[in-house]
Amino acid sequence: MGEVLAPYRALLASRLRSQLAYRRSFVLDLIGAVGIGVLELAEVLVIFSSITVLGELDLAGALLLFAFAGIGFSLADMAVGHVDSLPRYLRSGTLDAFLLRPLPVLAQLITSDLQLRRLGRTAVAAVVLVIALSMNTIAWTPALVVLAVLTPLFSAIIFAALFVCAAGVQFWLVEGGEFANAFTYGGSYAASYPTSIFSLPMRVLFTFVVPAAFTAYLPTLVLLGHAGPAWTPAVLGWFAPVAAAGIWTVALLGWRAGLRHYTGAGS
Amino acid sequence: MSALAVYAGLGWRRWSAYRTAAAAGAFTNTVFGLIKAAITMGAIGAAGGMLAGYDALTGATYAWLAQALIGPVNVFTWSELAERIRSGDIAIDLARPIDPQAGYLAADLGRAAFQLVPRAAPPLVVGALVTGLALPAELLPYLLGLVSVTLAVVVSFACRWLVNLAAFWLLDLRGVMTLYLVASNLLCGLVVPVHWFPPWLATVAAWTPFPAMLQHPIDIIMGRAAGPEALVLLGEQVAWAIGLLVVGRAVFEIGARKVVVQGG
Repeated sequence: MGEVLAPYRALLASRLRSQLAYRRSFVLDLIGAVGIGVLELAEVLVIFSSITVLGELDLAGALLLFAFAGIGFSLADMAVGHVDSLPRYLRSGTLDAFLLRPLPVLAQLITSDLQLRRLGRTAVAAVVLVIALSMNTIAWTPALVVLAVLTPLFSAIIFAALFVCAAGVQFWLVEGGEFANAFTYGGSYAASYPTSIFSLPMRVLFTFVVPAAFTAYLPTLVLLGHAGPAWTPAVLGWFAPVAAAGIWTVALLGWRAGLRHYTGAGS
Repeated sequence: MSALAVYAGLGWRRWSAYRTAAAAGAFTNTVFGLIKAAITMGAIGAAGGMLAGYDALTGATYAWLAQALIGPVNVFTWSELAERIRSGDIAIDLARPIDPQAGYLAADLGRAAFQLVPRAAPPLVVGALVTGLALPAELLPYLLGLVSVTLAVVVSFACRWLVNLAAFWLLDLRGVMTLYLVASNLLCGLVVPVHWFPPWLATVAAWTPFPAMLQHPIDIIMGRAAGPEALVLLGEQVAWAIGLLVVGRAVFEIGARKVVVQGG
């Protein structure tokens, strides 16, 4: 096992060292990432400066939702978000170099550029999570504690799968890199708001096709004891692992098909 | 002058070469429009049907127009100039018999002219079908709106030009660019309309050029600002455009004087 992972450890360590080598750049990047987190928080706060309840959630509930989605997305973005640079490798033909190495291409790509600066955004969401947990009155049971701990984790796993899905599509689109943003960044955007404010087709889309609702909204409903809207009842909040398994299956199948579709640039 | 027209034409041709990219951008703008319109309408519904002068229909229209204009106006980051400064290619621009700022502005206007229809039409059509759009029935707001969008492109370009010039002094611009993105996206009205801001944030926004990039053109197109009000907004845009371009020239001169390019 250790031997299998050794190349990845070396790759990751080199990436981390390179990012920390230029301290001032790294700090600026980190501040930028904190800024993005604050921007997203500001959007929620500005909206709630004029209203008290959105969907079925008050400000405290909306902040809990925001924190789950924010931690999940930023962790996924840090770990695998850079796979969206795949079109650059495809265009320049440098993907061939990945294919020559005796490691899976996806694993290489993921370990090629882990972005520590994204932790700035995670930090904002984590602070919001602490505040939100103290603002809400939750009837804690052991099961709910487990749910609250696992939700950010599965949120990250689901968003990571969305990134891989988006990357898989690039093998066909190449020029249409932005197309995939609709589902990754769009999924994150939709996940940060109560899914109940969407029309039924959109709610079904962001629950059962792009499982964004599983990353934050549905678990939040369970924690706060809400029933949830028709078609997406709160009980689904327990099924984030199922959603994660489903979307990862799609992601890996899509990736494999994409890689087989790829023909080198002959470089 | 004809050289600038050629630059504008080249800007158009360069961007029109990548049709798939334009379609992908329009698709993403449209999906975000769906989400944004739903959030906006949800918030207005929660506020009792009216929020800062927007009802559900005008709120959704705002969201769709914002999604339609972000492509042409380009409220996101642009780092082409910074990369040319870093790589030294800026020397080529300096050697050309055309003012670099005017040349880049002309090319950016060409880009915006190409993107106006392919990037703005899909979100607006989907918006009209899904939520409906509250747009004025007379011609004048659209004519003024076209002027306002053009000025918005100039203001946006002037801001991006200034941010890029930081490359004369800094090696790595990613942090600066991200902070610019955060400030501009919030204060231009992309995230939520500037009219929804609490008073202190509205004051901050009023002191920046960002509302002139998105909020002003949308107010004019929707007829929220009509007659003399529209002229005031246009005047504000002209003032920001001229002011920022002049500052951008001065900073470029200072930067270009210190730049040392290796011969080769």
